[in-house]
Amino acid sequence: MSATRAAAPPAGRVAPDTRAGHDERGGSTLLRHLALTTAAAILLVAVSHGLEPFRTFQLATVAAYLCATAGLTVLTGLNGQLSLGHGALMATGAYTVAFCQRAFLDRSIVAGWTLAVSLLVAVLVTVVIGAVIGVAAARLRGPYLAGVTLAVAIVVPALTVTFDGVFNGEQGLSVPVEPPPAALGPYFPYERWQLWVTGAATLLALLLLGNLVRSRFGRTFRAVRDDEVAARLAGIHVARTQVLAFVVSAGAAGLGGALLAVLAQSASPGAFSLTLSLFLVMAVVIGGLGSLAGAVWGAVLLVALPDLTHTLTESLALPPAVAQRMEGNLPLALFGIALVVVMIAAPGGVQGLLSRPGRVLRVRWRTRRS
Amino acid sequence: MDRFLFLTLDGLSRGAVYAAFALSLVLIWRAARIVNFAQGAMAVAAVYVAYSVSTSTGSYWLGFLAAIAAGLLLGTVVDLAVMRFVDHRSPLNPVIVALGLVLLIQAVLGMIYGNEFRPAEPPFSRSARTVGGLAVGSPYDLFVVATVAAVVVALAWTFTRTAIGLRMRASAFAPEVSRLLGVKVGGMLTLGWALASGVGALAGMLIIPTELGLHPHAMDLVFVSAFTAAVVGGLDSPPGAVVGGLLVGLLLSYVSGYAGSDLTPLAVLALLLAVLLVRPAGLFAPVTARQV
Amino acid sequence: MTGGDLLTVRGLVAGYGAGPVLHEIDLTVARGTIAAVVGANGAGKTTLLRALSGTLRPVAGQVVLAGEDLRGTPVEQLVRRGVAHVPEGRGVIGELTVDENLRLGGLWRRDRADARRALDEVYQLFEPLARRRRQHGHQLSGGERQMLALGRALVGRPRLLLLDEPSLGLAPRVVAQTMALLRHLRDSTGLTVLLVEQNVRSALSVADQGVVMSLGRVVHTAPAARLRDDDDLRHAYLGF
Repeated sequence: MSATRAAAPPAGRVAPDTRAGHDERGGSTLLRHLALTTAAAILLVAVSHGLEPFRTFQLATVAAYLCATAGLTVLTGLNGQLSLGHGALMATGAYTVAFCQRAFLDRSIVAGWTLAVSLLVAVLVTVVIGAVIGVAAARLRGPYLAGVTLAVAIVVPALTVTFDGVFNGEQGLSVPVEPPPAALGPYFPYERWQLWVTGAATLLALLLLGNLVRSRFGRTFRAVRDDEVAARLAGIHVARTQVLAFVVSAGAAGLGGALLAVLAQSASPGAFSLTLSLFLVMAVVIGGLGSLAGAVWGAVLLVALPDLTHTLTESLALPPAVAQRMEGNLPLALFGIALVVVMIAAPGGVQGLLSRPGRVLRVRWRTRRS
Repeated sequence: MDRFLFLTLDGLSRGAVYAAFALSLVLIWRAARIVNFAQGAMAVAAVYVAYSVSTSTGSYWLGFLAAIAAGLLLGTVVDLAVMRFVDHRSPLNPVIVALGLVLLIQAVLGMIYGNEFRPAEPPFSRSARTVGGLAVGSPYDLFVVATVAAVVVALAWTFTRTAIGLRMRASAFAPEVSRLLGVKVGGMLTLGWALASGVGALAGMLIIPTELGLHPHAMDLVFVSAFTAAVVGGLDSPPGAVVGGLLVGLLLSYVSGYAGSDLTPLAVLALLLAVLLVRPAGLFAPVTARQV
Repeated sequence: MTGGDLLTVRGLVAGYGAGPVLHEIDLTVARGTIAAVVGANGAGKTTLLRALSGTLRPVAGQVVLAGEDLRGTPVEQLVRRGVAHVPEGRGVIGELTVDENLRLGGLWRRDRADARRALDEVYQLFEPLARRRRQHGHQLSGGERQMLALGRALVGRPRLLLLDEPSLGLAPRVVAQTMALLRHLRDSTGLTVLLVEQNVRSALSVADQGVVMSLGRVVHTAPAARLRDDDDLRHAYLGF
């Protein structure tokens, strides 16, 4: 039992959070998060006017991934449960949004609000699935949980082929999405609209997650991660906490998958393979387990690294066959190496490296004041 | 009845491979308390080596030997170059590192060989034979079962009857005491990785010709099945892994024979969940065996 | 063969990270004698043994065995230098059989024939073990575990035996047997023993030399018989 479930987050970095009944910098957490979110939204709108369409689309993809990486951060980083099945949960969200949007279209319901409803349904369905897996997960530890979620990650995409009457096999389902509202003008770039939609949904999700993390629930999550026995002795219902973490995390992953499907305007098993699940783990580990800011780094990396390797392979002027192999696989190889190296050399990830100097300063400042 | 017998034989042959692969997982679990999630990818890499050797020499058997050698080598390298440096205090760390290895190995294979299926020919016919009106499985099935049986016997003999096996078991159970008794524990651990990876490579060689072919992801589902087999047997028990492997093989054979092969992944997942939720220590482990 | 110091320790400093537990230990053990390190709980007795065998790497100081410095010797090489360390709790491997545990003690030896001879001698020395060859370590009683741990050390034909709390958790009769055995081994084979004990009476009853430790320092060294009879010293450091 003494084996903790945490992926060794540097103790010092987490300590200020766990201790704080209220935010140590004073002021209301909710207000601060609201301000942050608003600032991010304004920034996003501003940026969306300055970027070329392709970059705008990439930024929207980052936002979609960010939902999933933030969800996984809550689960793995804050609650210590490792899930290799978040790709499958994203697939659940993606297919749900596909079904909903198609159902609306079949009934000729065409309106701006349908997408919001579809996304909400996608989150709800994933939450239910997440609750089922979470109940099982709460009884499992370490490598056993990893094994089960790995099985989920491999089996779920295969189901789309098994029941191809429903899911249309490898081909997948198309996701009909409305054009931008007419009020925005006839020449409003579609990519900008995509960024606005995904950005809004993601910021909302992050706001909710951010508040959860700082709340009583967030503290119980961390308490369970750090020491299950101690948490139990402190009166925390460990299993319930773990299920809750899984449910929240699943909901976020479902939203991320749904947004990805909306962006790609399709949901297919190839987009949600085991590799995606491993990517998500990689993203949260490299970004830095245990902090939502780390999830941002992870999501950015997921989009940026393939882009960089693409540029690299192009510049090398390789023969086309070799270039094709390189392009698909080089990012994978780099992600793999990064995962191994980060786990061995810097388990705190990018965010851990960044926040260390900042934390030291903050602690010094606080001690000097008191 | 004929069909049942056929499916049973097929299941035993398949199960033998799962048993071998599950055994490779159990070997590392016992030696290092790590579930090696990279075992599937490592096995595929070894089979690609066999593919290269076989296509250039024209000999299946040279390829076969090359795969085993590659497996042994890969296990050694993974232990010495990677796992030795991982902080094992949290059980998640080695799992995450193994996943990184999965990504890396599969990507490297994809770069060298491309992400398409390569044909993998079995050395013997895979069509079932009948003797006196009774199905006895295909020559390849017999080869698979005999090979796995030989490996299982050889491993059992090594571990229970030889000095090196005694050293390996002692280092796994009590590393510090073993060191005081002059056992080079680190070396035994590396040997365990090498052996396990060699057995995994052998399992890959045996199973890939019965599947769609050679592909960087060819062992993904096999890994899950073998993990399930190992869990069924209790991760700590080599005999349990063998029995678990055979059980999983039979189950999958019946499911695919009677309900459709598309359903086998779902059946594996259901079995894994059922075993973990009902009897998490496995069917064969003593009640107190699992400490997590 | 007899005479002279087998083990010489000079200025040994060791600890577990947060400051040293052992402060500049000096100690000599003469060949063919039994030295007993006694002292209260937390005096650093177990740490001393661990530092001697290298399971805990010393920060400073010298550990010289028959003229050779042991510093830097990997733990697994220790048996090859003739040092057997029976750790705290005896280190019987419960998952292995009695026979396997014993054989493990001699696996490092090149002289296979003598290793087998040593194994037979141990079985003669400890009758109960011979009867339980095929049983697993965890099936043994405390006394039998003690025999197994000692026997396993003896299979390696050590020059120096380091024993950590051999009396722990054993009935007085078994403790007495153990001590008698140590004396017998010293007299018949010239074995040198360094044992640490909380059970001061039995330790001093068998030892030639007594070493009193307190708070990580050697505070007194004297012939065991004199320590047994020195009331002041007993009161001051040993509490009886």
